[in-house]
Amino acid sequence: MIVCDFDVLRPEQGVAALLPDGSQVAVFLTADGSVHALDNIDPFSGAAVLSRGIVGDRGGVPVVVSPVYKQAFELATGKCLDQPDVAVTVHGVRVRDGVVELT
Amino acid sequence: MTRTLVVIGYGMVGHRLTDLLRDSGWRIVVFGEESRPAYDRVALSSYVDTWSSADLELPALTGCELRLGEKVVSVDRDRRVVVGASGVEVTYDALVLATGSVPFVPPVPGRDLPGCHVYRTIDDLDEIRATVEAASRPGRKSGMVLGGGLLGLEAANALRGMGVSPHVVELAPRLMPIQVDEGGAGLLKRLVEKLDLTVHTGTSASSIERDGSRLIAKLASGLELDLDVVVFSAGIRPRTELDLGLPLGPRGGYLVDEACRTSDPHVFAIGECAAVEGVTYGLVAPGYSMAEVVADQLAGGARVFPGADVSTKLKLLGVDVASFGDAHATTEGALEVVVNNAVAGTYSKLVVSDDARILLGGVLVGDASSYLSLRPLVGKEVPAALLQPGGAVDVEMPADAQVCSCLAVTKQTITDAIVSGVACDVAELKACTKAGTGCGSCVPMLKKLLTECGVEQSKALCEHFTHSRAELFEIVRATRITTFSALVEKHGTGRGCDICKPAVASILASLGNGHILGAEQVSLQDTNDRFLANLQRNGTYSVVPRIPGGEITPEKLIVIGEVARDYGLYTKITGGQRIDLFGATVDQLPEIWRRLVDAGFESGHAYGKSLRTVKSCVGTTWCRYGVQDSVGLAIELELRYRGLRSPHKLKSAVSGCARECAEARSKDFGIIATENGWNLYVAGNGGFTPRHADLLVSDVDTEQLIRVIDRFLMFYIRTADRLQRTAAWLEGLDGGLDHLREVVVDDKLGICADLEAAMESHVSDYADEWRGVLEDPEKLARFTSFVNAPGTPDPTISFRAERGQRVPVSLGIPEVVR
Repeated sequence: MIVCDFDVLRPEQGVAALLPDGSQVAVFLTADGSVHALDNIDPFSGAAVLSRGIVGDRGGVPVVVSPVYKQAFELATGKCLDQPDVAVTVHGVRVRDGVVELT
Repeated sequence: MTRTLVVIGYGMVGHRLTDLLRDSGWRIVVFGEESRPAYDRVALSSYVDTWSSADLELPALTGCELRLGEKVVSVDRDRRVVVGASGVEVTYDALVLATGSVPFVPPVPGRDLPGCHVYRTIDDLDEIRATVEAASRPGRKSGMVLGGGLLGLEAANALRGMGVSPHVVELAPRLMPIQVDEGGAGLLKRLVEKLDLTVHTGTSASSIERDGSRLIAKLASGLELDLDVVVFSAGIRPRTELDLGLPLGPRGGYLVDEACRTSDPHVFAIGECAAVEGVTYGLVAPGYSMAEVVADQLAGGARVFPGADVSTKLKLLGVDVASFGDAHATTEGALEVVVNNAVAGTYSKLVVSDDARILLGGVLVGDASSYLSLRPLVGKEVPAALLQPGGAVDVEMPADAQVCSCLAVTKQTITDAIVSGVACDVAELKACTKAGTGCGSCVPMLKKLLTECGVEQSKALCEHFTHSRAELFEIVRATRITTFSALVEKHGTGRGCDICKPAVASILASLGNGHILGAEQVSLQDTNDRFLANLQRNGTYSVVPRIPGGEITPEKLIVIGEVARDYGLYTKITGGQRIDLFGATVDQLPEIWRRLVDAGFESGHAYGKSLRTVKSCVGTTWCRYGVQDSVGLAIELELRYRGLRSPHKLKSAVSGCARECAEARSKDFGIIATENGWNLYVAGNGGFTPRHADLLVSDVDTEQLIRVIDRFLMFYIRTADRLQRTAAWLEGLDGGLDHLREVVVDDKLGICADLEAAMESHVSDYADEWRGVLEDPEKLARFTSFVNAPGTPDPTISFRAERGQRVPVSLGIPEVVR
């Protein structure tokens, strides 16, 4: 499924995309040019806001930090670094011909 | 069986004793003659700043029976019963007399006339104030303080605070004859006379007469003073009117032994009413020391009164005065080393033994900063460097030197606690050694000892920067770096995180650098700054337009109402005198703000670590009591500092009179009107740890006021830690309020011009952030719910009705997970 043009993404920021089933995905572009997609719903607040979190790293691991209660989620695995038994779903994502697609 | 302790007197010393014993298994009954709770009598003159007795109150005590407003009428020592004025009888196992002292009023004819007062209690100050307010003299009132000692100068200071020009009359040939020598007193006189005091030494009042609404005092020197108020402050006498049939000391006071016990083994006396082996003390530190002794005795210990350190360091009328040890060189053969710098306005005298080896005492006037290092050296070998003119005073203290003289804590005890790891900061040192819990003057020394023992708290901002926020600020300012990536590349590691990114964004914004959502800056911002609105629990945002000073026209109110109605926004009045509109989605924010901006509103920065509001009361425009235009000033200040990015949010308020309806003293900077201008209070806080703001400058005009606030805010912005409010910043600032005043009022560091220029540049560069978004299509484009379906509402957001408004439907996880 096509999300948007790659040009729309900004380094170290996220955008939200709506899926046909009504669920939401947060898509991030990191400074090294890689693209990640996580479920947009923050499991701690239930709000669909992960795409609006600050992107950075913890000990070198790329993360997004929920803007609500500030837990960090690993971009590559969806794992919550502050509470290891919590994770968000990771979605497959790729860039083809200048377009970002969920796989 | 529970034993009963009765304490008679609930002043500072009675309070201390009760505090020490309340968890010890004793039942404690306290009789206090004053109806108010125990308060800090040492700080009495500061009551005039606020007229709020609550500011002086000592911590309320639980676990004891307080009988306030009840005087004890008799004690039957045979039956061991105390009888209160209400007729109540309490049987005791131990009785502690802490009745304090009474002011000594010299037998001057006319001393009982209306308008003549003593200076001892809050009630006394209220009565002095009533006299001053009733005086019909136009302009500044005129007063006389009889007594030029420590207390007399305190009283003179209190009178000044009430708009009275005081004459100070002292029988001795100099001010503060007990503490200060002739040289020091000469300088002290010169310094206080600059502050509207007239000093008459070597004379006394021979009579006081009433002439219409005025009092005429005749001095022995022949001078006549035309006065509105007279305050007696010529010393104190131990208070022993409660006759227990116990022996008294040669100069009054219940006679006790070194365990503070009277000749009746069940009865103790402590504080100013006690004559320990015949000697009475008029300072709080020996009183505290006696309370410790009795607490120890009652707990089965064998502690005795260690003898008192009558050293004093105080700030009288803004002048530092300290005296310690054998200040008057009474030891046989004692030598004096005097440095009297009339230009700098400082005087110091060290008293040493005849062979110049042992420090015996000293006097400091004008600058007492070396007091903390010198006092513990009394009785010890004196470093030779000290005896050179301008010699270094930063000398190492011996291990057995007392650091905290209120609670008799030695340097050894403190360093032991630090080295063993029991205490790692000042708060922990206070808890485990009690040092610094008395008058608090040794707290800077505690900090120094922590540093000397190698305890260093990491100031690293986060894992990406080893620098503190203040250091990063200086780096950014000096290198003119304008992006986070350049900063982290040169001075940090990794890619940054949710701690350093917003902190650096704030620093960049404090130093200019354009719109906070410009180019790279947007990726540094926390969600609130990124969407210029406040994130709420369901992922929607709230909107707060600026309403400077809380003043708003009906037309603008209607616009807010219409916008709220049209977008179904929940509406609530905030604590900062404006209106918060809740429940806006990301894509609604620009539409809402388009209407608000068109109606003349601008961002209220409720989302930012920046100035929130400047609250105001109604001031002179409407209020019958107001003395200045508080609304006008609040608006001026809010417009001046709007948009100023700082380490944490900034709140302010302006009250138009001392009634303080705007609650300015709970703010980061609060202004209270006086008859003559404005008083500026800084570093107040509500929140988790409430703190009353401290008076920084008084009676300044608006121009001076704004200059000091400019400097204060910029100094805070440059030096505070991330998310450190002004209250915590000032608490942690080396040298505290005095240092702050030296920097931002006296310009000791010579940086004030720079601080003012920085603020001028903020003021001239200010632009409304929301207008900036509405005028820039690229910034506007970020306010979309879904990148692949702009305008489609977030399906997780839904509302229900409550009391006629829309509120969020819980998202299934209502608990706050931490």
